[in-house]
Order: sequence, then structure tokens, then C-alpha cells
Amino acid sequence: MSEDPSEERHAVYWRRNLQYLSILLAVWFVVSFGFGILLREALDSIRIGGFKLGFWFAQQGSILVFVALIFVYLRLMNRLDAEFGEEEESDSE
Amino acid sequence: MSIQAWTFILVGLSFALYVGIAFWTRARSTADFFVASGDVPPVLNGMATAADWMSAASFISMAGLISFMGYDGAVYLMGWTGGYVLLALLVAPYLRKFGQFTVPDFIGERYDSRVARIVAVTCAIFISFTYVAGQMRGVGIVFSRFLDVEIETGVLVGMAIVFFYAVLGGMKGITYTQVAQYCVLIFSYLVPAIFISLLMTDRILPQVGFGSVLADGSGVALLDRLDQLSTDLGFVAFTEGTKSTIDVFAITAALMIGTAGLPHVVVRFYTVPKVSAARSSAGWALVFIAILYTTAPAVAAFARTNLLQTVPGTSYSELPSWVHKWESIGLVEFEDYNGDGIVQYVGPRSVERNELRIDRDIMVLANPEIAGLPAWVVGLVAAGALAAALSTAAGLLLVISSAVAHDLLKKTFYPEIDERSELLAARVAAGAAVLVAAYFGIRPPGFVAQVVAFAFGLAAASIFPAITLGIFSKKMNAAGAVAGMLAGITFTAGYIIYFKFLVPGNNTPEHWLGGISPEGIGSVGMLFNFAVAYAVAAVTPPPPPSALALVDRVRMP
Repeated sequence: MSEDPSEERHAVYWRRNLQYLSILLAVWFVVSFGFGILLREALDSIRIGGFKLGFWFAQQGSILVFVALIFVYLRLMNRLDAEFGEEEESDSE
Repeated sequence: MSIQAWTFILVGLSFALYVGIAFWTRARSTADFFVASGDVPPVLNGMATAADWMSAASFISMAGLISFMGYDGAVYLMGWTGGYVLLALLVAPYLRKFGQFTVPDFIGERYDSRVARIVAVTCAIFISFTYVAGQMRGVGIVFSRFLDVEIETGVLVGMAIVFFYAVLGGMKGITYTQVAQYCVLIFSYLVPAIFISLLMTDRILPQVGFGSVLADGSGVALLDRLDQLSTDLGFVAFTEGTKSTIDVFAITAALMIGTAGLPHVVVRFYTVPKVSAARSSAGWALVFIAILYTTAPAVAAFARTNLLQTVPGTSYSELPSWVHKWESIGLVEFEDYNGDGIVQYVGPRSVERNELRIDRDIMVLANPEIAGLPAWVVGLVAAGALAAALSTAAGLLLVISSAVAHDLLKKTFYPEIDERSELLAARVAAGAAVLVAAYFGIRPPGFVAQVVAFAFGLAAASIFPAITLGIFSKKMNAAGAVAGMLAGITFTAGYIIYFKFLVPGNNTPEHWLGGISPEGIGSVGMLFNFAVAYAVAAVTPPPPPSALALVDRVRMP
């Protein structure tokens, strides 16, 4: 778009962010809407302990994955921020 | 000591703690009042967000609902947690970078449009009032059941406490009070859950006990026993549901998206010092929420098993005392149709007639007594339920007050207002909102339960799309965003009003659009919003350079 090097860097940064988002949101969708809802009946034939697997994903597993997803995103973005020297602007303008 | 004495002591101590904290952290500026000056550490903000988020509904009603809904309860469990992934990834960091006071602030400035701001403010106020009314009902139930006072007195005491720390402390007071309230509520939720898990399955962690073998020596897994008991009595098996897959899908989506658009949750991310803190704060919030949300379905299964093992087939006079106590305030009803003096509790698939009606809201509150736990645990649960209701009420009142003082007065009708007057206006608005909420608590409009679907539906169909389009689409302009919001709101509200108020008799799956209930229609409303917004934006001029500069600014931390 433009020759401005900082704008170029911003575009790269944003693309990487969007990449992370699409991967993590895909996982988010698969564990909840996939395993917990659409594929539940199929997964229910598998058991772990006293749980049917589809039921477990719907009432326990998806929540645990959600927590993990946010912390993975946090790690990825902190690394990306460091790479681009974009971190630490610790004031509210 | 009696249950009532314990309840008085524990509730009194917790109230004294909240007031003390509010006094130490009172607000001195508008930045203090609206966003706690943006210097709350992420872990504490996560805790406060969790308390803000987990309302009387989460604490009191959710496990009870799940114990009656079985698998279908997953819509709440996933819906009210999965939204935090959307918040952390798509909303919180960018709004923190934008860095002002309210949700309508972002929508108003991004689209450079007063109309957009006013539409957003209207939604924010409506959603918040809907929610506050529910909290007050929770406070009333706890007071009338455990402290033997009139519901009116209970509501007034609760409101007086909230009034004190919301009006005095603003966001800063509320935040630190919520941290204390989180500790009270999670402790009081976990103690009985752990007791019951040990009692029924010999496992300390309810999340593990939930999937374990019963401790009665039968070698049968808890959930299998529960499925068996349920089908024997003519209910659907616990691990199966009765809702259609498409409806479960739509409701879960609407609750998730609605969560990420609820103003009282979104504003919490303005209170942290920087963008990375907003991300980690959302993560911590979900950790603290997940502790309760993974326990709730276990509590639901334990309570249901207990109930089905003890109550059906027992003679009425031999029912445990908790049944009669709840009966006295109308939340349990028994009608001996066949006159045999024995409680017949059966589901819709049984040929027998059901004689017992149990209000879903009492399961968590009655659970310690059902399981025969000591009196102090019962008192603790009462204090926890109040903490959950009050913390959420306070967060909502703040949204209402900032919507009035900041968005309507300062940003729309009276921009010359100075900071001191804005702060005063915010306090007056918070005070007025407390009074309206108290009125709703004492005279709850019959439609409280129905309008909760509204709150999530509207947030999903209006605020969430407006925020995310504003961040992720550079093509989106004011005309598109406003048209999208109006289309989303009209469609969603119209659908809900039609089925809930105009023709409630038609509120059955065969009349629903594509089998989607009014609870789940917000997810369709969101798609509608996106479609209309893009269509209108495509045929109207692109957004001005100032809006694009704002987008570029929020995208970089």
C-alpha cells in the first residue's frame, strides 16, 4: 500500500495477529460447537471414567480449553509485541 | 448455633467488609469513578470481572437449572464462558488501547456518529436494567428464606449497601469490593460442593466426583445412576437433552456473543494499565469463572441424584425439614392428587401424575441442607449468594450511571460540563438507578425471566457486531454500523416480543424460525446485523481518514 516502513510493519503485525486469531477461534469452535454439540452423540459412545465424552466436552472440557486458549493467545501476542518492539505503553493516553 | 444465627453473623461480617473496602477506595476523579484510573492489576481485575459477571443467576439459579435440564444445561456452561474467548481475542485489547470510559464511547468515536452512540447507550441502559432486576430478586429470596425478614426489607438493606459503595467509590470502590465478593462467593460455592462430592463419591474435587463411581458400594458411576433414576421416573436421561441440536447451537452462540458485548463486562477492560494486561485480565477472569462453572454441573448432578433418591415415594409427613421451609415461601408445592400421602415425583413420560413442584432456584441454596451439612455452611451459602447478587448489581449500576453522565450529558447534550459536575452527575445517576432497581426488586415485573433473553440477544445483535466491525473492518462506516445495529435490534427484539409477549401460545419449536427459540435468536440477529452493515457500507461513502487512523491506532498495542 505505502512505502512508509512503519506502516509496512504494522501491516505485518496485524496479519500475524489475524493468523493467531483464526487458528485459536477454529479450536474454540471445534471443542464447543463441534465436540460439545454437533458431534456429541458420536463422541458419547466413548467413555472416560464415568463420563460420556461428548457430554464431558459440553459441560467440562470446552471450558478448560477456553481458559487455555486465552493464555496461549496472551503468550503469542506478548512474543509478537516484543518482536515488533510494540510493548509497554503503560498509560491511558 | 442455629442456621439463622450463623447466617446473620456471616452476612453481617461480609457486608461490613464491603463497606470498609468501599470507604478506603472511594473515587476522587471521573477517571477513578468510571475506570478506576486504569491502574487495576490484571489478576485483581480478573477477579473483579468474575464477580461482576457471576450474578445471582450464576450462583443461585444455574446449577438448579442444569439439574433439571441435564445435558441442555451446557448452553449456559459453554455460552457464559466461551464468550470470554471472544472478549479476549476480539474485543478487550483493542478497547483498552482506545482507552476511554464506556462502550458507547468507542462506537460513537469510531463511527464519528451521535446516532451510533445513542443507539449503543440505549442498548446499554436497557440491558443493564434488565439484569439489575434479576439481581434484586436474588437478594430478596436469600433474605426472606434465611433471615426471615420481608423481601422488601431485604431488598432495601441490599440496596443501601450497594448505594453506599457504588455512589461513593465508583468503579474503584466497586472493583476492590468485587475482589472481596469473589472470594466470599467462590469459597461459599466450593465448600458445600466439596462436602457433597466427598459424601457421594469419595472424591474431593467435584469435577472429578462428577465422573466417578458412587460411594455407596454399588460400583455404579454417578451419571449412570442418575440416568437410570431419571428414566425410571419418566424423565429424559440426564446426559441426554430435550432441545434440538440446532437450538442448543443457536442458544450457545447467542450467549457467547452476547457475553462479549455486555457493557458491564466490556468496561472492566478499561480499568487495566495496558493492552497486554487487558488480554491477561480476560484470561484470569475466565480462570476464576471456570472454577465455579466447572463445579456447577457437578453440583447439579449431585443435587439431582440426591433428590431422586430421597424424595419420590417418601410419605409427605416424613419429608426432610428443608422441603417444608421452602414450601412456606411457595418455592416447593405438593398436591396429593391420589390422596395416598406419598410424594409422587415423576416426569412427563410417566403414566402417573406428578405431585411435587420444585422451583429450580432453590437447588443451590437448599443443597447444604439436602446433604445434611452443618449450619455454618448454610449461612455461608447465603452470604455467597448475596455477594454474587450485589457485585453484579454494582457493576451494572455503574454502566447506567456512566451512560447517563458521560455518554448522554457530556458527550451528547451538554459537552461544556466540567469534571466535577460530571462526577456529581454520575453519582446522582447511580443513586437514581439504585432506587429504580430497588423498586424492581420489591415489585418484580412478571417478565424478568423472559427479558434476560433480551439482554443477551440485544448485546449479540447490536453491541458486539458494532465493536468488532469497528476494529476489524476498515470499510465499515457510520451508515453501515447504524443500519446493522438497527436491523439486528429490530429483528431480535421483534422475534422475542412476538413469541414471549404477543403470541406466547405459539412459543413452541414447530413455530420457531428454523427451530431456533427466542433465547437463541440473537445469534441470527448478529448475522443479520453483519449482512445489513456490509450491504449499506458498500453503497455509501467510505469512512473518513480520522476513523481509519483510529482503527490503526487500536490495532497496535
